[in-house]
Amino acid sequence: MLIHEFQAKNFLRELGWRIPASALAESAKEAKRLAIELGCPVMLKAQVLAGGRGQAGGVQKASTPEEAERLASRLLGSRLITAQTGAQGLPVNSLLVEKAIGLKKEYYCGLAVDRRNETLVAIVSRQGGLNIEELSGSRPELIKKIYFDPDGGLKQFQSRQLAYFLELPENLVKDFVARMKRLSEFFLEKDLKLLEINPLAWSEDDQLLAVDARMDFDDCSLARHPELAALRDESQENELEKRARRFGLNYLKMNGSIGCLVNGAGLAMATMDIIQHFGGQPANFLDIGGGVTEEAVSQAFELLLSDSQVVSALINIFGGIVRCDLVARGVLAAASRISLNRPVVVRLEGTNVAEGRRILEESGLPFIFAADFEQAARLAVELSGQPR
Amino acid sequence: MSILIDANSRVLVQGLTGKEATFHAQRMLEYGTRLVAGVTPGKGGQVHLGLPVFNTVEEAVRAEAPEVSIIFVPPLAGAEAIMEAAEAGIKLIVCITEGIPLLDMLRARSWTKKYGTNLIGPNTPGLISPGQSKVGIMPGHIHRTGSVGIISRSGTLTYEAVNQLTTMGLGQSTAVGIGGDPVVGLKFVELLEMFRTDEQTRAVVMIGEIGGQAEEDAADYLKASGYPKPVLAYVAGRTAPPGKRLGHAGAIIEGRQGSAGDKIDRLREAGVKIIDNPARIGLMTAELLSARP
Repeated sequence: MLIHEFQAKNFLRELGWRIPASALAESAKEAKRLAIELGCPVMLKAQVLAGGRGQAGGVQKASTPEEAERLASRLLGSRLITAQTGAQGLPVNSLLVEKAIGLKKEYYCGLAVDRRNETLVAIVSRQGGLNIEELSGSRPELIKKIYFDPDGGLKQFQSRQLAYFLELPENLVKDFVARMKRLSEFFLEKDLKLLEINPLAWSEDDQLLAVDARMDFDDCSLARHPELAALRDESQENELEKRARRFGLNYLKMNGSIGCLVNGAGLAMATMDIIQHFGGQPANFLDIGGGVTEEAVSQAFELLLSDSQVVSALINIFGGIVRCDLVARGVLAAASRISLNRPVVVRLEGTNVAEGRRILEESGLPFIFAADFEQAARLAVELSGQPR
Repeated sequence: MSILIDANSRVLVQGLTGKEATFHAQRMLEYGTRLVAGVTPGKGGQVHLGLPVFNTVEEAVRAEAPEVSIIFVPPLAGAEAIMEAAEAGIKLIVCITEGIPLLDMLRARSWTKKYGTNLIGPNTPGLISPGQSKVGIMPGHIHRTGSVGIISRSGTLTYEAVNQLTTMGLGQSTAVGIGGDPVVGLKFVELLEMFRTDEQTRAVVMIGEIGGQAEEDAADYLKASGYPKPVLAYVAGRTAPPGKRLGHAGAIIEGRQGSAGDKIDRLREAGVKIIDNPARIGLMTAELLSARP
């Protein structure tokens, strides 16, 4: 779960990091008032849960309160499309108005889980504000990584190594070391997956400043951190995806015309792939999961058809724990609420397949049955109007 | 022979008295798996499904000498269950539980490494050596005894692959689900190495997916080892958008790493037969095997 920059900075402030003076504005008037209070120039930073805001025009500088008001009225209420948001973009509901500060030098500083080495890693770079992955490809000599284990956090000597690698001025080294220790403990205590301060900066008044911050918490751990779950901003999620989550479904909106309902993440991915293999485009990823109920299947099917881009639908079930008859009943329950005005191809296999098929056949609704995975995909693609 | 489990494997069920565990333990017993005991703290001394229940894994090991344990416990208890089994001397742990926090898994992995325990999963359907033993939640009836080894990061997609193989008349030596989480125990490399020396196995089918480096590591291993058996691979998620998690916690393209295209290129370079159409896993395996003596 990603949180907003202003939320991440609140945590950093509690942990003793210096943050440029800033406050949140939800209207252009507020932005203007804050610009007066903070003193111009100020930065207006769109609070959306995606990276790449700068290049997308989501971070702007205002030299006067009037300019702040004008820029804010343009940004607020718009949708910001960055390299990471997809074509729909994300709604800008608030701006962080932040005092623009002169910087001597910018760095990158991050903590992350290294899944390959099954450990934790602190990463710093002598250049900040950039994409760390690109930098690690092109200028690896600017980057230092130090591994640490999930029981202790960063040792002081490790943070010292990072500080001297960054060539921080001597008067900032001690600050940095103390803060990194607390930061790594926070990372472990709150079950983060990724924490980035980018850029971390050496300001003209010789302070160490966290200018931008990003935190990604482990969704699996939210059950033991109720205070974090409250930070979720649902306005940043796709309506359909939000509805799906409420029913324990894994749904992801895509841009194609074939709606898919599948059990299991791998089979759902394979279903999207085979659709593309035969020249079609999937409208979504949808995994109904293993412990699914009839009600959730019915919600899943309704959700899938509520996407107006869907021209044809494909139900692909390999029953294991999930029984085909349960899926069939769920689909019928949805069909009784909404009209089936688009062709639906059904492929059932595995547990209780005969019963599932019988239920759908006896409904009298125009389901199109496929004998196997490949035939199902071909039919769905044909019916979506994109034959190969 | 098969790998990891056979008809003699003595299996413990952690969390046996729970609803899901009870259901799947019954299916395993029906399949012929040698379940010998269960563990549920607070229920020691009871008998469940005809099996003795113990309060701790240590007690169960002392009384019934299981060498394999299958774990069905809630997500926040998952890592501790793994650590407990490792410390008690279990040799192979199969963790079905889905949704174990990532940092918990890092801690659990340091325990399994310390004790030299093989871990399958978490978030796995388990593994099966058809006709001998099933330690998992997969439908047993779609499997046949045979010579194809399967290693997969997925659940239902594995059933799909197995079903295709069985339909083509190809049985399986052992089918292993390695789990869909970012941090899991045994991965492609370790299992390919086990299949390499397994006499029953004539070919290996890998089912990978986006995210992580396990397929790339497998490609490096296959290239370096001069692998003596044919390997086929399907990698799911060609259509996946970067930065979005596709169901499995581990199935996410991060930055430029972990895309299906990269994995496929690397595997192909290592001499792996790439399967483009997931409906033809069985057919292509049959073709490859029939072309060889």
